[in-house]
Amino acid sequence: MMLLKRVWLIVWKDLVLELRTKEILSSMFVFTLLVVVIFSFAFQGEKTDVQRLSSGILWVAFTFAGVLGLSRSFIFEKDEHCLEGLLLSPVDRGSIYLGKMLANFIFMVIVEAIIFPIFAVFFDFDILYLIPKLIPVFLLSTLGFASVGTILSAISVNTKTREVMLPILLFPVAVPVVISAVRSTANILHGGSLAEIASWLKLLIVFDTIFLVVSFLSFDFVVEE
Amino acid sequence: MGDKKPIANDEWMVEVKGIGKSFGNIHDLRGIDLKVRKGEFLIIIGPNGAGKTTLIKILSTLVKPTSGEGRIVGFDLREEEEDLRRNIGMLSHYTFLYENLTAYENLKFYGRLYEVKNIEEKIRRVIEEVGLETRLHDTVRTFSRGMKQRLSAARSIIHDPSLLLLDEPYTGLDQWSQKRFKNILKRFHSKGKTIIMTTHNLPSSLELGDRVIILSSGKISHEQEMTRMDLEELEKLYPQSRQRVKI
Repeated sequence: MMLLKRVWLIVWKDLVLELRTKEILSSMFVFTLLVVVIFSFAFQGEKTDVQRLSSGILWVAFTFAGVLGLSRSFIFEKDEHCLEGLLLSPVDRGSIYLGKMLANFIFMVIVEAIIFPIFAVFFDFDILYLIPKLIPVFLLSTLGFASVGTILSAISVNTKTREVMLPILLFPVAVPVVISAVRSTANILHGGSLAEIASWLKLLIVFDTIFLVVSFLSFDFVVEE
Repeated sequence: MGDKKPIANDEWMVEVKGIGKSFGNIHDLRGIDLKVRKGEFLIIIGPNGAGKTTLIKILSTLVKPTSGEGRIVGFDLREEEEDLRRNIGMLSHYTFLYENLTAYENLKFYGRLYEVKNIEEKIRRVIEEVGLETRLHDTVRTFSRGMKQRLSAARSIIHDPSLLLLDEPYTGLDQWSQKRFKNILKRFHSKGKTIIMTTHNLPSSLELGDRVIILSSGKISHEQEMTRMDLEELEKLYPQSRQRVKI
């Protein structure tokens, strides 16, 4: 119970900071919107061809926007060495990871919730029919991406080339999430059911569980000087 | 507050032995033995690179020592880190404050991390202590360097720690802010709290400290009660330790 309170406290702090600065959400939103708009104009042609590529376009936008958000995540903590302030408090360091990860997850989900309807308009999909089926895919994929991205963001924030380092570290590890997300989304967008993507969803659940547990346990070593 | 009680020791607040820290081949600290009495104000001085900050970081559990052991506030330095952290406050030249939160939000955030009871009352008390009550609901980025450091002092004592660790807290403060900050420390010390401070500010060290240790090349090179020392003597000792590093 105390762990949840502390996790929520860190999430609350990140949400308030983001409400004040709007640094993370605005950059993620603008980037994602630009990707969707540019691809929708670049691939004008046969509707079926464009729709076949659409899930890949959508996840390129989401994952790269996610990298933008994740790279900012620990910069708040770097200013005035606030991370040291957190590490000095009598909280389990895993709970600091969980708080940061949940905040990143929320930022990504907010951007996805705003962008997907716009994407559906540009690529001519029936949004009301698709959304209930896509929710588990989006949530599980985003959780996996945020869980591995948060710990790698904590590692890369101390490097000089952190903006470059994070995607280089993150994408090879997140390949299973990206492939599962693209395949599942493509299937749903083309009329598939949740049963047809069950194996991809199981893969996402396993990935999320492994990386959440490993990151929770190893965060202490990651932040150690 | 914490459930766990420290092992009772009436005399020593800090008792560490053989503390060493190496980063690869670089030996930052080499076998530090240190005892600090309850209620004592210990000053640590030394040239840049002597290991002052590393020692403070080890005492605060931010850095794990490569060798050595000890008890701080009655808790084992290696085995009881969370309980130890609950009973210490730390203030450095970095404020650990979120610039886009208000003073109130910063104090409440840290207070809740430390599970402080009666948090509103506690915030009111510490903010009065540092003289920032009129700026309580202003965002920290609008504060001057001196005000941020005073707020950081409030942050470091919000959970009423028994031991306060200060790492060059005067950095970047003007004369007026230094004086004000010194008064905050005096008040905290007068309540019987233990303070360990690293600094380059020798006059302030003499005024505040009960005892001084001089660190040089990761070792304690000199140790003396302040009552038997004047500024001239302290200044003589200080360059000597710098000389040793050059050698």
